[in-house]
Amino acid sequence: MVRRFCFILTLLMMVVCRPAFAADEVDSLINQLPHKTLRNITPLLDQIAGHKDEKVRFVLTEILNGDLYYLKSNRQVVSVRKSDSGDYKLTDVLSLSVLTQDGKPSIKKIRTSNRIRSHIRGLLAQIDLTHDSKAVRLAAVQEILENIDEDTVALIKKHQSNEQDSEIKELMATAVALYQLNEGAAKEKIAAVTALKESLQPEVRNAMQVQLNRLAEIEKTELTKDDRALQKALTSAVDSIKQKRKFYEFIENLFFGLSLGSVLLLAAIGLAITFGVMGVINMAHGEMIMLGAYTTYVIQQMFPQWIDYSLFIAIPAAFIVSGSVGILIERGVIRFLKGRPLETLLATFGISLILQQVVRSVFSPLNRTVAAPEWMSGSWQINPIFSLTFNRLYIILFALAVFFALLAFMKRSSLGLHVRAVAQNREMARALSVRSDRVDAITFGLGSGIAGIAGVVLSQLTNVGPNLGQSYIIDSFLVVVFGGVGNLWGTLVAAMSLGTINKFLEPVTGSVLATIIVLVGLVLFIQKRPKGLFPQKGRAAE
Amino acid sequence: MMLDKLKKLGSLPVVVGCLFISTLYVAICNLAFPEGSALHVSTYTVTLFGKYLCYALLALAVDLVWGYCGILSLGHGAFFALGGYAMGMYLMRQIGDRGVYGNPELPDFMVFLNWDSLPWYWAGTDSFIWTLFLVLAGPGLLAYIFGSMAFRSRVSGVYLSIMTQAMTYALLLAFFRNEMGFGGNNGLTDFKDILGFSLQSDTTRVVLFAVTATFLALGFALCHFIVNSKMGRVVTAIRDSENRVRFIGYKPEHYKVWIFVVSAMLAGVAGALYVPQVGIINPGEFSPLNSIEIVVWVAIGGRGSLYGAIIGALVVSYAKTRFTAIMPEAWLYALGGLFVLVTLLLPKGLAGFVPQLIEKYKQNKTDKKPQEVQS
Repeated sequence: MVRRFCFILTLLMMVVCRPAFAADEVDSLINQLPHKTLRNITPLLDQIAGHKDEKVRFVLTEILNGDLYYLKSNRQVVSVRKSDSGDYKLTDVLSLSVLTQDGKPSIKKIRTSNRIRSHIRGLLAQIDLTHDSKAVRLAAVQEILENIDEDTVALIKKHQSNEQDSEIKELMATAVALYQLNEGAAKEKIAAVTALKESLQPEVRNAMQVQLNRLAEIEKTELTKDDRALQKALTSAVDSIKQKRKFYEFIENLFFGLSLGSVLLLAAIGLAITFGVMGVINMAHGEMIMLGAYTTYVIQQMFPQWIDYSLFIAIPAAFIVSGSVGILIERGVIRFLKGRPLETLLATFGISLILQQVVRSVFSPLNRTVAAPEWMSGSWQINPIFSLTFNRLYIILFALAVFFALLAFMKRSSLGLHVRAVAQNREMARALSVRSDRVDAITFGLGSGIAGIAGVVLSQLTNVGPNLGQSYIIDSFLVVVFGGVGNLWGTLVAAMSLGTINKFLEPVTGSVLATIIVLVGLVLFIQKRPKGLFPQKGRAAE
Repeated sequence: MMLDKLKKLGSLPVVVGCLFISTLYVAICNLAFPEGSALHVSTYTVTLFGKYLCYALLALAVDLVWGYCGILSLGHGAFFALGGYAMGMYLMRQIGDRGVYGNPELPDFMVFLNWDSLPWYWAGTDSFIWTLFLVLAGPGLLAYIFGSMAFRSRVSGVYLSIMTQAMTYALLLAFFRNEMGFGGNNGLTDFKDILGFSLQSDTTRVVLFAVTATFLALGFALCHFIVNSKMGRVVTAIRDSENRVRFIGYKPEHYKVWIFVVSAMLAGVAGALYVPQVGIINPGEFSPLNSIEIVVWVAIGGRGSLYGAIIGALVVSYAKTRFTAIMPEAWLYALGGLFVLVTLLLPKGLAGFVPQLIEKYKQNKTDKKPQEVQS
């Protein structure tokens, strides 16, 4: 029993202490570097590279870049950086601590030659290819793919069988086939083309184009049978790749369009309620968006340590801030102007000017940047030429969530029922004991609050400034009018289609002209169908 | 008989008289009295007030469609700017080879963009007569196309307002493009002379002021006669109830297009008079904010009253100049506050406020009289 226990203990100790032993070994190996000459350094490098340690990669890269030195005094290996001011910054490679020293240090470079450098490159690639992290391995293969040669392809072949991950395996196969395409005999090339037909790597396409060009330069009569077959295979492969790229380009445009559409949707949906349901033209709607954006900014300033989560506080806060300002406007001004839409337009425009100036006085007229949280950055790489950025993806999802929440509120809740009742026939609703004044205030607050939420989203996309809202007000109105006033689904369709049309026009015409074309197209559309895409039917429409 | 005729003319003689006297005053005080004299009016002031008169003409144009036809145009700045650009093109051509690049044919910005020749729409702009035609035709044509399409499909009310705003916004974006051939971002500027007279000289400035005043008087007379003509009665009826007018057998869209085009041309003339005095025209004039400011002038002055529009433009512009000089921060507060207060408290504007007071005073008197008898 005791013996068994001792045995387990020993085993445990071995497990725990092993890395320490290994680290010591690496350290001693690295410390030998200054003693070696150009001729006998390679075996030592191989030995160092044989260890799994983060230090190894660092040391090898430093040698490769010519930044590794040793102190003449005690042969301590250091990495040296020269700062802009001409000072030397010495870092001990073993402990990674910065050494303090005065004056110009007495150091000597660890010398390398071309041969050694290319050897180190191979070693680095090998380290990365056997790395535990998938991302590192993937990046290593990707790098090899970009400048493939005999040595690197040999490396890949060596690790191909050990690789477990299917994605990396596929990329490795691509690399091997690509080498075959570049250097192999005609028969091998044809095989490689068939293997590469599905690949979307830009290198593959370039290599195929190179081969095609090479064949095109040869006289027709001198082409062998294999050459012709290769040419045929290449042409069809290039075509199919081109088609695929076009398809993904289309999807990408669609994605951009939908994300722009989501922004428009968020900006317009509040308006769809105040304008569409209440019939009130609120020119200060853009400023509600702006207030939401500034709320995000303020909250980030208040909690700088929680930038990752501040958006979750900012969304309800912006809703409350913009919503209460909206209710104030409704109670203070708009309710006195009932039934006079043009006067309402002017009064709310005045309010928008005042709000802009308030923001200018409080926050200064300069733009403010709102930091994006960590989880919003980055992208989802679907294949080598197509990726979806997370922030756009989240915005689309968020806009849709807000839309459906609002739809549910309008269609399912009793308050929503009251809002719709007042919108359809105020007198009748009042007769049925709906408190129309209260409903008006709540509706306006709701529309403004959603504009505030739109401001939170916009703060993630652009700088926050006093004119932020103004640039969206015309677009928002157009979306609402295009979709059909008083119809939330119409607003959704209108926002998404306007966004998509804009993004598809942009590469062809440039962004300014695309905006103009969309505007003119909309004006023409409203001439044809003054009530928008989905006009309201029945007596409420009059 | 005489009195009846005078009554029919309404405020026309007063306005024309005021304009004539102020022109005379400005001309004499600027030219006859030397600088430093107490009675001297500086050329800066002359130009400033000339600018205000242009704004007044513009306000008149907006009042004609909004106050009398109920069309709230948030895009009249576009017509103003188009008229201005037409005049700017002429003034640009007058520079000739005195530009920075010394090209006798092409304006500087075209040389800068490496253009070989003038675009087709610049043809004939060196002729003043053709320019005058363009000043009227450019805005008029745009208004005709826009108006006939919008009014025929019975777009009205707020929708129309937003569409006019979209129109001027689209033009703003378009004129910002260098490819449009209107100087892009910088617009047209560095003008030297008009009809051979230097734009820098005091006499030209005073003459320009006088011309502006004359056109304002003419514009006022024109609007006055339109409003009081039979056609004007129909237009006013359309404002009050378009459907009834249609059922009686009129075609409201024809009247609306017609009045919209006249108004756009007036705005164009205002723009053409504005540019030589200010010395620059750029796409900023197309910005929706400018158009809305015009509407404020009319709203504050009193829509549905022609002299009210003029008063509104003069008062608000003057206030803006003062405010932005003394405390620039406060201007937007003041402007925004004016919007809210005027719409809430003075739905008929300043012009409606005074009669309202008089009415109240009279009523008080009649109310009091019986009391006096009793006591």
